[in-house]
Amino acid sequence: MTTESLSTSATRSAAEATPKARSAFRFNGGSLTLGLYLFFLVLPIYWLVVMSLKTNAEINSGMTLWPREITFDNYRTIFTDPSWYSGYINSLTYVVMNTVISITLALPAAYAFSRYRFLGDKHLFFWLLSNRMAPPAIFALPFFNLYSAIGLFDTPLAVALAHCLFNVPLAVWILEGFMSGVPREIDETAYLDGYSFPRFFVRIFTPIIANGIGVTAFFCFMFSWVELLLARTLTTVNAKPIAATMTRTVSAAGMDWGLLAAAGVLTLIPGALVIWFVRNYIAKGFALGRV
Amino acid sequence: MDKPQNNRAWFLVLPVLAIVAFSAVIPLMTVVNYSVQDTFGNNQFFWNGTGWFRELLDPTTDLGGRVRDSLWRNLLFSAIILTIQVPLGIAVALAMPREGWKVAATLVVMAMPLLVPWNVVGTIWQVFARGDIGLLGYTVNRLGIDYNYVADPLAAWVTIIVMDVWHWTSLVALLCYAGLKSIPDAYYQAARIDGASRWAVFRFIQLPKMRRVLIIAVLLRFMDSFMIYTEPFVVTGGGPGNSTTFLSIELVKLALGQFDLGKAAAMSIVYNLIILAVCWVFYTVMTNLDVERRRPPADA
Repeated sequence: MTTESLSTSATRSAAEATPKARSAFRFNGGSLTLGLYLFFLVLPIYWLVVMSLKTNAEINSGMTLWPREITFDNYRTIFTDPSWYSGYINSLTYVVMNTVISITLALPAAYAFSRYRFLGDKHLFFWLLSNRMAPPAIFALPFFNLYSAIGLFDTPLAVALAHCLFNVPLAVWILEGFMSGVPREIDETAYLDGYSFPRFFVRIFTPIIANGIGVTAFFCFMFSWVELLLARTLTTVNAKPIAATMTRTVSAAGMDWGLLAAAGVLTLIPGALVIWFVRNYIAKGFALGRV
Repeated sequence: MDKPQNNRAWFLVLPVLAIVAFSAVIPLMTVVNYSVQDTFGNNQFFWNGTGWFRELLDPTTDLGGRVRDSLWRNLLFSAIILTIQVPLGIAVALAMPREGWKVAATLVVMAMPLLVPWNVVGTIWQVFARGDIGLLGYTVNRLGIDYNYVADPLAAWVTIIVMDVWHWTSLVALLCYAGLKSIPDAYYQAARIDGASRWAVFRFIQLPKMRRVLIIAVLLRFMDSFMIYTEPFVVTGGGPGNSTTFLSIELVKLALGQFDLGKAAAMSIVYNLIILAVCWVFYTVMTNLDVERRRPPADA
């Protein structure tokens, strides 16, 4: 660019720079792209919700964009039929167990990784990551044998422990990301003030990273809640999760689509309840605390 | 760097080590054990050496052919979704609002698909794409295009790819958005004064700032698409025929469908080695990028 053109464009843009500076990084047709994209995201979910409010007769009789008459029968079935609602209870049981185990174990470990160097720390950190990334399909068969052998098969505890395979490493990585953002001076001051490590950790450090713990708990909950393969392999009747219950909605009268849709809508609730609080941390959580 | 050396930190790591060893090492040992043996039932095992591995890696055998096909399908799938999701994610991130109530609203809507349980993602697309009851399937059929993902392999692939784009593009976009937000306004003002074109702003300011998060996004998307199981399983069950049978689906068929312990174990080991290799790349890149940044993370 020549000096001349530079100076002319400089004078020209100086006039419009102030009001339009904000839109400098806008993409042409940006709002349209974004609008279409958001519409694309919402549409399938809308369809699921609408379907859960229709009767099966209406679903099978043709296309209607919204229910002609809204029915809550599908939800009523789920809340009154034990084979349905026990699925939710089973899922919630092992998910909560898993979240508690993962966070409790991961907190001290994440602290160690974020604050100290020790023999083999990098290898260990990598090994944890490799477990988060390992395909559950590899573990389905050995888990089946292992938990049958120790008598835990078909209990929520088996699924909770199995999900530790990826959730404990996940929790360590995310928490480490949050903890590394806390300056080390805080630790040092507390130790100088005579705090012992456990007291410092519980009284001072935990409140500081409360956000991080909340986000981590949310992601542990989510990844355990969405996992189907291991949960289905490790359970038959007593601890059967909702995800597995949903794979068998074929009845004598064909597929019960309304019921299936209602069950699906109900599984969205945990996510929907907290979505507002975690909206700023979604990227961080999925990127294992590295953003 | 400046972290103090302290081997007593091991005590803090021990509980994690114990539980992950229980959940990962013991099962992997079982897998290794199975992979070198053959069984005729009754818990009687015979030494088979590297037999399963040789069969697995030889595409002329039935097993080798199936593994090779599912590996190619999986790689093709990963390549396609990356080609779509990365540019789309960047475009969406560039279009996202930077301030005001719109930010929160956009973030919430974009996060929705990410928080849907994976089997429900399958269910959602099942009821959305079916020709008889699904809005999408019905509309497409009405437009005169013959679309039936249960019978037509191409339609099945399109459905699964669109589903994955729906499910995961937001992750790429949110990561890019985090990168874009860290660019100071002064950069844009400078670019404006220089009379930089929109493309130049993107190429020399925005893209370099997004490099880090983009690498993370690509690696994460590759890993997750490489072990995809639940969503295609719910929608197509690996069909029609074997056309959407990816590595994990093939492995589960072998292990839990046919109880072919030796073959499944050998396949698990090969699969796991591939994952480990990619994971190592991921780890190296992440730690190098971490060294690059070393600043307290800005809270959204």
